[in-house]
Amino acid sequence: MSDSVSMMPEHPPVTDWIRDFDHTDPAWTENPFPIWEQLRAASPVVHTERFLGCYMPTTYEAVKQVAYDTEHFSSRRIIVRDVRPEVTQPAPPITSDPPEHKPAKQLLLPPFTPDAMKKLEPRVRAICNELIDEFIDDGKCDAAERYTKHIPVRAIAHMLGIPEKDGDLFIKWIHEILELGIKDQDILMRALHEMSAYFAGHIAERKGKPTDDLITTLMNARDKDGKPLSDAHVLGSLRLLLVAGIDTTWSAIGSSLWHLAKTPADRERLVAQPELLPTAIEEFLRAYSPVTMAREVVKETTVSGCPVKPGNMVLLSFPAANRDPAMFADADKVVIDRKENRHAAFGLGIHRCVGSNLARMEMMVAIEEWLKRIPDFRLDPAGKVAWSQGTVRGPRALPILFGAG
Amino acid sequence: MSGKLKIHVDQDRCQGHARCKALAPELFDLDDYGNAHEHGEGRVPEGLEDKAYLAQTNCPEFAIEVIEE
Repeated sequence: MSDSVSMMPEHPPVTDWIRDFDHTDPAWTENPFPIWEQLRAASPVVHTERFLGCYMPTTYEAVKQVAYDTEHFSSRRIIVRDVRPEVTQPAPPITSDPPEHKPAKQLLLPPFTPDAMKKLEPRVRAICNELIDEFIDDGKCDAAERYTKHIPVRAIAHMLGIPEKDGDLFIKWIHEILELGIKDQDILMRALHEMSAYFAGHIAERKGKPTDDLITTLMNARDKDGKPLSDAHVLGSLRLLLVAGIDTTWSAIGSSLWHLAKTPADRERLVAQPELLPTAIEEFLRAYSPVTMAREVVKETTVSGCPVKPGNMVLLSFPAANRDPAMFADADKVVIDRKENRHAAFGLGIHRCVGSNLARMEMMVAIEEWLKRIPDFRLDPAGKVAWSQGTVRGPRALPILFGAG
Repeated sequence: MSGKLKIHVDQDRCQGHARCKALAPELFDLDDYGNAHEHGEGRVPEGLEDKAYLAQTNCPEFAIEVIEE
């Protein structure tokens, strides 16, 4: 779910957040939390003329109302952009509304249950250790570049049944399709063509010679009329899994490590009490939720008493909802043993992230293995942490020092 | 040995976040789609009451009912 905003024309800096918010502004990218607090204090729903008109629900209740209301809010567009071209390449189920949504989603759910993830877990554990082996003797690393970036892409490659070493190729395609491709049509078309040809090859290999992997599972799936999916549908689903499953979890693992690097008390506590990890992971998901979604208003209605009109987009910030003090006690504190945590990091309602069990398993294993091998670490004062801009928020540069010295 | 609590997962609300299964595996089953159902008839064995409430208060969809009998 990378976004293209970084390649868009410069936006004027924001001076009036309440009437002119912009989630691509450098201030938001660097530290969005005080901005959300200011917006929430002003109104449960704010509006900007940017992005051809866009609302933002600022409270947990308002976000929840929009997420549950598929009558007035459509998922046909799920990214807030400067432009709103015709929807030509839907990616069901994430871009589907009822009634098409349910059958499309049910096809993808069985391979992502917690039990299915348990089978993948040993491989993810090995991936993490292979990565750590490569830099542990250096005493420092850019954890975003050397560690967190590679875990989701290799895990997905393993699930799909394609070589993990091709992960770098996926990262390249995603970058070309979602970022460079916005300005350069040739790069976009070439990357799409390369990716389609790559997967078409893997689909062809499995015809008559099925393998025990997700590509074969999708090829064997049947729609509600008992018919197999077309190659185009399988290809579309594969594209969605790659795009949605990579920089999201990369971000979530990175934010967790960032927090632990700058918070020795939490880091030491988790090293001493690893049984707290599952609860801590949920708290990192709440406090540093990576994914902001969007909806398009298709019918006039009100949200928390505020009128919303068709023609506008809605920036659906689950990260902001998760910082609402009306829903979470000490919302702006990271409490790694928080007992009650109904966070919405994976969305609410029918569009709950299909990969949530995969993401949780990857986060758990990635942090667990890191803490076992590198229990003592801190941010490198000589480096600078850099955050991604827009729809998915997480560290893209995370310089860390570890060990003695 | 049965306690005095019963649990119920509202199937219209459950979206398969699977938090209940992670926090109280004894009390919930997941189906092939990963959606949760109360285990058996939903009776909470004695000693697992805290887990029932923990699952309830961590469900993002407010799908779990805990009934005191």
